[in-house]
Amino acid sequence: MNHFHQKHILDMASLSEQEIDYIINTAKTLKDISERPIKKVPTLRGKSIVHFFHEPSTRTRTSFEIAAKRMSADTFSISASTSSMTKGETLLDTVNTLQAMNPDIIVMRHSESGAPHFVSRHLNASVINAGDGMHAHPTQCLLDLMTVHEALGKINGLKLSIIGDIFHSRVARSNIVGFTKMGATVTVTAPCTMIPHGIDKLGARVAKTLEEAVSDADVVMALRIQKERQSNFFFPTEREYASFYGLTYERLKSMNKNAFIMHPGPINRGVELSSDIADCPESLIMKQVTNGVAIRMALLYLLMGGTRNAHSN
Amino acid sequence: MRILIENGTVIDPQQSLDDIRNVYIDSNNIAAVLAPEDLSKAPFCRDEADYVYDARGQIICPGLVDMHVHLREPGQEYKETIETGCKSAAYGGFTDVCCMPNTKPVNDNPEITTYIIEKARSLGGTRVHPVAAISPGSSGKGLTEMGLILDAGACAFSDDGQPVSDSQLMRRAMEYARSFDALIISHCEDLRLAEGVMNEGIISTRMGLAGIPNAAETVMVMRDIALCELTGARLHIAHVSTAQSVDAIKHAKEKGLPVTAETAPHYFTLTDSAVLEYDTHAKMNPPLRTEIDREAIRNALAEGVIDVIATDHAPHSDLEKMVTFDQAANGIIGLETSLPLGLKLVHDNVLTLSQLIEKMSINPTKIVRIPEKRISSGYPADLTIIDLSKKHTISAKLFQSKSRNTPFDGWTCMGKVMQTIVNGRLCL
Repeated sequence: MNHFHQKHILDMASLSEQEIDYIINTAKTLKDISERPIKKVPTLRGKSIVHFFHEPSTRTRTSFEIAAKRMSADTFSISASTSSMTKGETLLDTVNTLQAMNPDIIVMRHSESGAPHFVSRHLNASVINAGDGMHAHPTQCLLDLMTVHEALGKINGLKLSIIGDIFHSRVARSNIVGFTKMGATVTVTAPCTMIPHGIDKLGARVAKTLEEAVSDADVVMALRIQKERQSNFFFPTEREYASFYGLTYERLKSMNKNAFIMHPGPINRGVELSSDIADCPESLIMKQVTNGVAIRMALLYLLMGGTRNAHSN
Repeated sequence: MRILIENGTVIDPQQSLDDIRNVYIDSNNIAAVLAPEDLSKAPFCRDEADYVYDARGQIICPGLVDMHVHLREPGQEYKETIETGCKSAAYGGFTDVCCMPNTKPVNDNPEITTYIIEKARSLGGTRVHPVAAISPGSSGKGLTEMGLILDAGACAFSDDGQPVSDSQLMRRAMEYARSFDALIISHCEDLRLAEGVMNEGIISTRMGLAGIPNAAETVMVMRDIALCELTGARLHIAHVSTAQSVDAIKHAKEKGLPVTAETAPHYFTLTDSAVLEYDTHAKMNPPLRTEIDREAIRNALAEGVIDVIATDHAPHSDLEKMVTFDQAANGIIGLETSLPLGLKLVHDNVLTLSQLIEKMSINPTKIVRIPEKRISSGYPADLTIIDLSKKHTISAKLFQSKSRNTPFDGWTCMGKVMQTIVNGRLCL
């Protein structure tokens, strides 16, 4: 029986609890492919996947490339700086041009919120959102859910605390939606400048202090503090941020003995996380990266199996 | 040291106390507050006191607090130092003052904040609570390390005379301050509208001086109230001078916003007619306004729309004041004239004595969140003793302050500070 009928993966809000479960379970079965000596299966042979990255990315892009190649799909990359968008082409024209070449999946990252939704309305191919503006990063949320599920055996009833720039974070928004949908409680904390209006209505509890957020959490997720936000007055200095919201191993242990640590990367060592915590035994950061490949393999597989028969060849 | 203050009238609005009491002080704290005949409960008898003060006919009230002064140190010690400023404060009856950050360099970091507090503490008199800058160097570009500065002991944030023009920065500053429940003090002034040297009106026209309209203040009061509503941060409006500002603050308070306000003695005492002789001692920012504004300020004090009387004590030397009106620096000193001018409001039946004490002690204490002052056993002995019937003439040359820039030199007043006690220590 097929549990998956989505054409696109645009955000966590449009996935059901059952679908999320199904994606994670599929990813777990595909994970061992990456541990074999020959890391390739023929499942997506003959499928064309375009990686359309309109914003810098290392880990997400590499993760998608590896996932696609391990499934034997043909991949093509377009980045903003090398595409004809630098010549003034509109996003719609670029997308129509791509459509004319008949790809199966377009993996898209864009600096503007809603860009993948716009593109999906004009394409026959499936669209996977690899991060749009401050809106959503569903594959990150799915790999985070998978990582927490592996570490703690469940999601339902857990407490996740997200520390940092919630305002600008698509990871935070997707995780608030995704984790609450799966029965977890999500708490956020940051300087008030970095807490967006109405985030509580999205399902997150706002804690006033780091201590309050961390003390009873099962999982603590730190977000990257972006230096460029300083110029727009979101925080004064990295020194001040680190002293009120930065986690060191000692500080974490004094607030909470058992919490796991996560971070979507890249880390600013010494700001949101100290080096001793990034590499501590409770850190799931490297597992997040590993699971990222499995989640993306699962999504590629399910999208092809859900809309067309990927196993027919 | 044991101090006995005998037979004074203790007025403490927080306890609705207004009665003859003996106040017993043992080292830093108040040991007992007893009716004079109630000798059985006295913690020590009269003979055991190291110092006995006869306060018959005088008022004993919680120590006065001035939440808006300029102490000029570090950097402009020729105008005032922490030492002379604190001494001036003690002679004015103040046990606590909050000093603005426009020193040289600007107090925009934990180190200068600590320096000021430590310096004042080493002198042992009036306490100093620094107000630190909102933006580094009060440049209006970026935020200071508010959390670290609060940990160092600052009581609020303000760019004071360099008001934050950038509304986005002000919004972020207030949001950021809310993370720590910190107070933002706003000197409300639109810098372009305020490109003048005195109040804009008949007198500025007659004198040929460039005017500053009321709107220069009011537009910023309204902006900051709007940002207060947006961010939920605690906002205190400094030195209110116009009738329109009063209306805006009244409206904000009716809406339940966390807005408080202060005015300075010169705004409820003088009008722009004080400038008529091109007297640079009547030049300040905001400028002295009209009789309509003065009346509105007095009503606002009576109605409680304005919570606090603060001096904006701004010492300047002759270098800045013995010049032409256009060239002269803004500001006057106020620590040693504030109480006598405040008492005029009592004599004019604008405020009761109890209300005046609220505005000069209780309310600022609550707003800047320094330890409560209560004339009750166990509380720190922070007291001001006032002789209401003492007629005296203000004489600038007798001031403890290093500066003399006051328009009130030679004024005759009723009521004088007789003693200021900080932490059980006699300061006069």
